Amino acid sequence: MRMLGQSITRNSALLALFALVTALLITGTYLLTRDTIAQERRQAEQRALLEVVPRERHDNSMLDDTLPLPADTPGLGLREDRQLYIARQGDKAVAVIVPVLVRDGYSGDIELIVGVNRDGSIAGVRALNHRETPGLGDKIDLRKSDWILDFNGRSLDSPPPQRWGVKKDGGVFDQFTGATITPRAVVAGVLRALLFVESHRAIVFATPADKPATGDQA
Amino acid sequence: MKTPSYGELTLNGLWKNNPAIVQLLGLCPLLAVTGSVVNALGLAAATTLVLICSNTAVSIIRNVVSDAVRLPVFVMIIASAVTCTELLMQAFAYELYLILGIFLPLITTNCVILGRADAFASKHAIGPAFYDGLSMGLGFGVVLIVLGALRELLGTGALFADMNLLFGPAAANWKWVLVADYQPFLLAILPPGAFIFTGLLIAGKNLVDRQIKRRQDALRAAPVKGAKRVRVTGTIS
Repeated sequence: MRMLGQSITRNSALLALFALVTALLITGTYLLTRDTIAQERRQAEQRALLEVVPRERHDNSMLDDTLPLPADTPGLGLREDRQLYIARQGDKAVAVIVPVLVRDGYSGDIELIVGVNRDGSIAGVRALNHRETPGLGDKIDLRKSDWILDFNGRSLDSPPPQRWGVKKDGGVFDQFTGATITPRAVVAGVLRALLFVESHRAIVFATPADKPATGDQA
Repeated sequence: MKTPSYGELTLNGLWKNNPAIVQLLGLCPLLAVTGSVVNALGLAAATTLVLICSNTAVSIIRNVVSDAVRLPVFVMIIASAVTCTELLMQAFAYELYLILGIFLPLITTNCVILGRADAFASKHAIGPAFYDGLSMGLGFGVVLIVLGALRELLGTGALFADMNLLFGPAAANWKWVLVADYQPFLLAILPPGAFIFTGLLIAGKNLVDRQIKRRQDALRAAPVKGAKRVRVTGTIS
């Protein structure tokens, strides 16, 4: 009986020791890489934003000029809290970038960002993350096809909302050969983002001076 | 236990006991990420690194750990090696990290790694254990890369696309378009293609092995008993 007790104690102590050592190892690596990872994340995010609203059009840091979008924001389909990014030239908001999660793609969620100019036209759309079929649905990815550039300059007036669809459904956008579900879902997602910006126009395009909190500029 | 020579270890990892096409271990990542060369290369590097670290660590502690708790200890070592690799990849190859996604943490469950830790590293000295990890990792990696290349070539008509994800901006133009205007051959890129090509690779290896065996058998059978010379060509006038 004592033998058994001893061996249990020895083995548990050994396991605990290894748990401690491996935990320390991971902590060390985490601490060493933490800053680089945060920087990489930020850069990847910024690259995507700058593709939609290039450097020439604004002079602020979009990553630091944001409005919170809670997960249940109607129309955007977000599964977690995200942010809306604002591009400013001086104080004037020239464009905003809205994240949209398209949930009715062909395989899994499609993560889009939609840039909308102050005049209501689209500055650009990019698919950040998706798992659409290679060779068919993945043409929404700019690396595979320039289909997504067709959104540039469109607005709620051109085409009117009822024609925001793929050609098969009587809309103006091309579908892909053999893949209609993906572009149909993306077009609907972009439209939802446009409608969202339109209905929150006063808030998202406000200059800091309009906000009551920053009264010192008056 | 007899320690195999480094030559034997190399041959085992790369050919005779290849983890991917002989032991058929770790097929899940093998089939899932080999859609292109760059993905295959990324996972191959990560897996090899983890294999080397876990094999070495397991060999170092082989005399300390009792049989009863050896498996949980090995799993802890492997899991921490994987987590560290994942963090490093996130820091230095962020976009590739995004592409490999779930398959990086899943290296933990790759049977090759626990298999080598228990079957080899826990019974041998550090040097051979380290080398076994390296050659097994390379054997796994070579199969990944061959599969990735085959599938990328047949699927997209090009090779080495997006290598800049791994080697920085200088590699952006390494892409080698073999057939311009290629109509993508979906079967090769999708999962069924992975199964078919893995099957073909295994068949190919068996074919080569059989050829070698036949040649050896032929050599062995060759010795002639009581040599008699018989004229078989020409005519006797």
